[in-house]
Amino acid sequence: MRPVIEIRDFHLTYPDGREALRGVHLTLTEGEKVALVGPNGAGKSTLMLALVGLLKGRGTLRVFGEDLDDGNARRLRARLGLVFQDPDDQLFSPTVFDDVAYGPLYAGLPEPEVRQRVTRALSQVGLEGFEGRLSHHLSTGEKKRAAIATVLAMEPEVLLLDEPSAGLDPRARRRLIEVLRALPQTMLVATHDLGLVAELLPRTVVMDGGVVVADGPTAALLADEELLERHGLR
Amino acid sequence: MHLHALDTYLPGESPVHRLDPRVKLVLTVLFILTAALMPDRAWLAYVLLEGLVLAAVLLSRVGLGVVQKRSALALPFLLAALTVAFARPGDIGHGQVVPLPGIPWAVSEAGLWRFLSIAARSYLSVQAAVLLAATTQFPDLLWGMRALKVPRILVAVGGFLYRYLFVLADEARRMMQAREARSAVPAGRRGGGTVLWRARVTGAMAGTLFLRAYERSERIWNAMVARGYDGEVRVLSAPALRPSDWRAGVVGGLLLVLLLVLVRTV
Repeated sequence: MRPVIEIRDFHLTYPDGREALRGVHLTLTEGEKVALVGPNGAGKSTLMLALVGLLKGRGTLRVFGEDLDDGNARRLRARLGLVFQDPDDQLFSPTVFDDVAYGPLYAGLPEPEVRQRVTRALSQVGLEGFEGRLSHHLSTGEKKRAAIATVLAMEPEVLLLDEPSAGLDPRARRRLIEVLRALPQTMLVATHDLGLVAELLPRTVVMDGGVVVADGPTAALLADEELLERHGLR
Repeated sequence: MHLHALDTYLPGESPVHRLDPRVKLVLTVLFILTAALMPDRAWLAYVLLEGLVLAAVLLSRVGLGVVQKRSALALPFLLAALTVAFARPGDIGHGQVVPLPGIPWAVSEAGLWRFLSIAARSYLSVQAAVLLAATTQFPDLLWGMRALKVPRILVAVGGFLYRYLFVLADEARRMMQAREARSAVPAGRRGGGTVLWRARVTGAMAGTLFLRAYERSERIWNAMVARGYDGEVRVLSAPALRPSDWRAGVVGGLLLVLLLVLVRTV
């Protein structure tokens, strides 16, 4: 299996001097479904933004075998789909169609293919026929799934999801888990939802204080009460 | 991560920083009034006023460069006054027309002087306002306004503007990040879309931001009503001015009024 994401000794400091990442080590191979857990402020979202080149840090950050830099970020992003925590940030167009079509249109795809991809992405998340709906009138669960569709339309090889189940009611959460289960992509999911982790993601990475503090099979890590306690996960 | 670029306050320990916000507000408004009421072409008075601002800037130790840089941001608004230079002389001046190289329209001499005077006076006022914002925390300014009996609704609107400007700016930044994350160009393609399409997307983003701000304002209103808001903002009473504040206020105020009277009568 080839590695798709390789992070070695990666550091990231915000302009205000706050050290968000202090030497992260993490490798994801093709097809893996990995949970990224840890308390608020552990650096999970920062790591996700760095993985698509929106934040710059020091150290090794390789995506599909290439060192990520300004020159290739736009090209590599086509293969990495980042879904933001707040779907309202991701849905910035008047209609669901415009939002889902944004990526393919930006990529310069021909119009028939754009339409085809929008239809397909919406059906993958169970929002068939939502093309004409207004983004800001969707329910939270629908917004979450629409946000995922905006990324799926790019047909990425890796999905980076930031707290996909936050703020969802049990039925919407169940719906989301089913959607995620059906997706074939390699996945890195930052979440506090340990139930979702246990159900969907065989491998778990625990972050705290800007470093990876544990990395292993989900079942073993979730059984380690002391570890969960120490890193504010229960 | 939050945006602090909008915060105009520069922390410092100087007599200007320590001056009571009420005194600073009154002096700034008085200064702007004085500048506005100066006649055209009163260059000496303009220089004296500039001297006053510069002295205050030096005293505050926020840096001459910072104040000039921030004031320069207001220069484009002067374009609104530029038409004066082309206007028919009317009752001012002697109707002389100055030919300027490269400008096909007739520029009246009186109009030109008037424009330059307006420019000078506006720049003076802007500098004073910039200095006030750089040496006074925004909440203190609001407090000062309230203490000076500025209509409560205006103060409240100012307060909300300040509180939610940062939220809104953060929202806009996250939205742009989300757009950037999806702005990918696969190998072997020319992406980016047409200029028109990109403009449409940007327009849609601005509209979305407006809608979200509007919805947020309704939520805020509900949260305020839920806590018993009835249209009145109640605040603690203001402490008395210190003798040093009185001195600074009286001296500064007299100086400005004196200057204005002198220029207007001589």
